[in-house]
Amino acid sequence: MTDLLARALFQAGLVLLAPPLLLGIVNRVKALFAGRKGPPLWQAYLDLAKLLRKGAVYSRTTTWVFRAGPVVGLAAVACAGLMLPVGGQPALLAFPGDFILFAYLLGLARFFTALAALDTGSSFEGMGAAREVTFASMAEPALFLALIVLARATGSLSLSGMLGPGLTGAWSAAAPALLLALIGLFVVTLAENARIPVDDPNTHLELTMIHEVMVLDHSGPDLAFILYGAAMKLFLFGAVVVGLVQRSGTAGPWASRAWFLLGVAGFAVLVGVVESVMARLRLTRVPQMLVGASVLSVFALVLLLR
Amino acid sequence: MGAWVDMVFVLLVVIDLFVLASSRLGAVIRAVGVQGALLALLTVLLASSAHDLGHVLVLAIGALAIKAMLIPWLMFRAIREAAIRREMEPVIGFVPSMVLAGAGVALAFAFSGGLPLPSPGKHPFLVPTALATVWCGFLLVVSRRKAVTQVLGFLMLENGVFVFGLLLSDIMPVMVEAGVLLDLFAAVFVMGIVLFHINREFSSLDTEKLSALKD
Repeated sequence: MTDLLARALFQAGLVLLAPPLLLGIVNRVKALFAGRKGPPLWQAYLDLAKLLRKGAVYSRTTTWVFRAGPVVGLAAVACAGLMLPVGGQPALLAFPGDFILFAYLLGLARFFTALAALDTGSSFEGMGAAREVTFASMAEPALFLALIVLARATGSLSLSGMLGPGLTGAWSAAAPALLLALIGLFVVTLAENARIPVDDPNTHLELTMIHEVMVLDHSGPDLAFILYGAAMKLFLFGAVVVGLVQRSGTAGPWASRAWFLLGVAGFAVLVGVVESVMARLRLTRVPQMLVGASVLSVFALVLLLR
Repeated sequence: MGAWVDMVFVLLVVIDLFVLASSRLGAVIRAVGVQGALLALLTVLLASSAHDLGHVLVLAIGALAIKAMLIPWLMFRAIREAAIRREMEPVIGFVPSMVLAGAGVALAFAFSGGLPLPSPGKHPFLVPTALATVWCGFLLVVSRRKAVTQVLGFLMLENGVFVFGLLLSDIMPVMVEAGVLLDLFAAVFVMGIVLFHINREFSSLDTEKLSALKD
């Protein structure tokens, strides 16, 4: 009973509290690479608190869809967080096939963000929505193929099983396939979270930006929800990547939780390094990268199936 | 040990895919060079018995010297001479060629299990990797416009043949060495491009005219 309580508190607390810190780590790494001191690690919390205290401005052309967008987006991502195993422990909500719900809750969040962008009637935001959805349609097969590789390798249809104890055996039996799936997942992570080889989270004026353009009209608490949801999504993908690498097993539950936290921090550092050393790809190259991730996952699947 | 050999095979195929996806000639040349180095490593890793160790070492060092050093060097020279950096307009685009390569790799791995082999007990990834590499090299040869990329495709095709040759290295070593010798043919090919370029530049192959390049 206490174990269940500890699991519930740990998972809910981590999914709700950790994401802004992840952004802080990424930004700090980027700042160090650029030779700057950088904002404090908890800057994202301060930003969110500031935005939440402000009022929101709504254009007269918008409807309830525009107001629903950020709320639905945040709620969907938070629900997805319940299905993700964190710290080497099974998730609070686990059932066969939950990875499909996980992926489509994230899809729902994106759908409502895109709808809210279209609802503003701005052609600029419509363009951003079109780009986001285009790339998402290519990231989705890559994500699913990687998850299918995990399902096949561990023989489980639930995220808790895919990233759970079965992985240790799978790594020793099919390390190359899992490594390929890991690379595919990391590429999908960068694409889904609008990170640098695909999109630059800092731009607001470039015509090449994708995700940021969709949220230009949101202000105050709505913008806070969007930023918080985006950070949470980055955390979720990070948790999948770390869960895939982490070997749960001999260590106690708290030791494996500590390793997990360390792994997620390492993931944030890795994202920061990738953002610092790479240039953003041209828009025409992005589909190529995502197709490449899919092909890698297909190859991994073939290795497992033969 | 077994996992490392698996990893080398998988890396060979990933390099195939990377070469088809990349438009930068420098990166492609480096990738093909790394593939050659991996082949040398693979020759040593797959050496089944100690009695022909000298033979295996000669083969590995030959592959390393020619495939991983000499040919990349020649190719870099060729692109520097011709002042080209990128493959701009392939006949088959980068995404379709990657999808085709993925399909070929999948088919190679799915169906090679049914092929009868002259010597059983070989590594299960050997034949599919060879087929996939040959397929990707072939794809590169037919789908790119630049002569340099076509030569790289030919080299990759040859790498695939070399992997296939490892299958037979116990039975007929002469065949394997003939595979290495094919590389020399490739080197001649490379020189052919350089010569062609000189030819186009000066409308003659007289190297005496190259001294005019000096300051």
